[in-house]
Amino acid sequence: MAMTARQRAKTSLYVQAGIFVVAIAALLLATDWKTISANVFNFGRIGPMFPGIFTAGLVNTLIYTALGFIVGLSGGLLLALMKLSTFPLYRWIATGYIEFFRGIPALLVFIAFGYGVPLAFGVQWPIFVVVMVSLGMVAAAYIAETLRAGLQAVPKGQLEAARSLGMPQWRAMVTIIIPQAFKIVLPPLTNEIILLTKDSSLIYVLGLTASQYELTKFGRDGISSLGAGLTPLLVAGAFYLVVTIPLSLLARKFESRSARTKR
Amino acid sequence: MNDVETTNPGGTQTVHAAGVSIKDLRKSYGSNEVLKGISLEVRPGEVVCLIGPSGSGKSTLLRCVNLLEQPNEGAIQVGGFEATDPDVDIDKMRRKVGMVFQQFNLFPHLDVLRNCTIAQTKVLKRSQGEADKIAQANLERVGLGHLAKRFPDQLSGGQQQRVAIARALSMNPELMLFDEPTSALDPETVGDVLAVMRKLAREGMTMLVVTHEMAFAREVADRVVFMDGGVVVEEGVAERVIGAPQQPRTQEFLRRVLDPTHIEVAED
Ligand SMILES: Nc1ncnc2c1ncn2[C@@H]1O[C@H](COP(=O)(O)OP(=O)(O)O)[C@@H](O)[C@H]1O
Ligand SMILES: [Mg+2]
Repeated sequence: MAMTARQRAKTSLYVQAGIFVVAIAALLLATDWKTISANVFNFGRIGPMFPGIFTAGLVNTLIYTALGFIVGLSGGLLLALMKLSTFPLYRWIATGYIEFFRGIPALLVFIAFGYGVPLAFGVQWPIFVVVMVSLGMVAAAYIAETLRAGLQAVPKGQLEAARSLGMPQWRAMVTIIIPQAFKIVLPPLTNEIILLTKDSSLIYVLGLTASQYELTKFGRDGISSLGAGLTPLLVAGAFYLVVTIPLSLLARKFESRSARTKR
Repeated sequence: MNDVETTNPGGTQTVHAAGVSIKDLRKSYGSNEVLKGISLEVRPGEVVCLIGPSGSGKSTLLRCVNLLEQPNEGAIQVGGFEATDPDVDIDKMRRKVGMVFQQFNLFPHLDVLRNCTIAQTKVLKRSQGEADKIAQANLERVGLGHLAKRFPDQLSGGQQQRVAIARALSMNPELMLFDEPTSALDPETVGDVLAVMRKLAREGMTMLVVTHEMAFAREVADRVVFMDGGVVVEEGVAERVIGAPQQPRTQEFLRRVLDPTHIEVAED
């Protein structure tokens, strides 16, 4: 019996779905549900995590992310402008910085500023400074590339129009070019915040006091103290999603809005 | 170059008009010499139209006058300013010179009124109230007073270009440069823009206009300058340059512009 192309495509989809269902079922059957429920879904024992996971964990994660973003945004803007400069030295410095910090794991940066700085200079920065600097410097490298693309996407005529009205270069950048660039990069910038939110978990390598715990550290602490296996980590993960999913939706909204205004 | 007060015969607007004097201007991009020694005089209150084939250097010439491009050689005077003096205050000089671009270049993140006030407040340090008043008056002048609160992307091309003219006028320029102001417009909106420019010319504004609108040039221009290959080939009163061109290259160009449906077989 010959099938039309459409029938063949449909049959192929059914077969794919069937394979997928069978694979999931096999996985579920092979799972040791008793051990899993005692070690991963043991929600009966996580009471002590509350309200601390809100008042310290979530709040600190948000604070660390915000600090990193503020430094990252300012640093990133500076680097982006340097990278577009007509002065070669600025371009080289910016390029070197961006390649370096995008090329090494963020974890190493945390260790460098958390442990390296005290060793080298004999000063122990407060933890929020370490986070601000480590997270901010890594974020700056990524945000710089995003902003550079945004600045370049502003039509050249905009700068010319601003200059022809008598605005000095810096004034034209501040009032005309940079605001338009930010509008263009709003979606990728929101995604940077999501990455930062997750990267703020790397702070766990530093010695923290309980009031400085963010979500991941809170979860890891719960693993050792609550006897509920990995369940506390699952809870921490859920809190990350509470932050990142709305941000992701926001990014998509920005995207569709700019797609609409472009026409 | 002296500034003069000129008054339009039939109206009340008074324009403080500046002249332009260009001597032996040369400009190269790399090894490509685009302007090969241009000399051009625009007297205060005069309207000069620049015509010529694409790539002949018209835009480059215009952009050298307000230093969007840096000339390699030669001298340019605008109003009292020696534009080619390395010590010239470029931003101060540019305030005297309004420029209107083919692509309008309105600021899309600002509404029409803010487009016309941003440079007033940031550059001329006028108060927001004063700037608003001046901007509104200039929007009325181009017939768009009612659109002050719109954003550029809500306007037609012709409306955008008229806003761009109002934006430039709000800085009280003494000279206006137009670079093919109607070339990017739908045909039905060209007339409104030309009408505004005609009015401006009558009010005594000094204008240097790159255009392919020969009827406009013939009617409004005091003089027409034909450029080709980076040199001035022919110049004179509009009636003569457009109506009875002397140079073969001018004749050839005008034949093509005035009769675009006339088809010639390419020779190469
Ligand atoms: N920024 C630039 N870099 C290099 N070449 C340029 C640049 N701007 C213009 N040119 C060249 O200069 C010549 C004249 O250009 P233009 O002044 O725009 O001519 P027109 O306005 O008469 O069409 C063209 O050959 C063009 O390719
Ligand atoms: Mg041109």
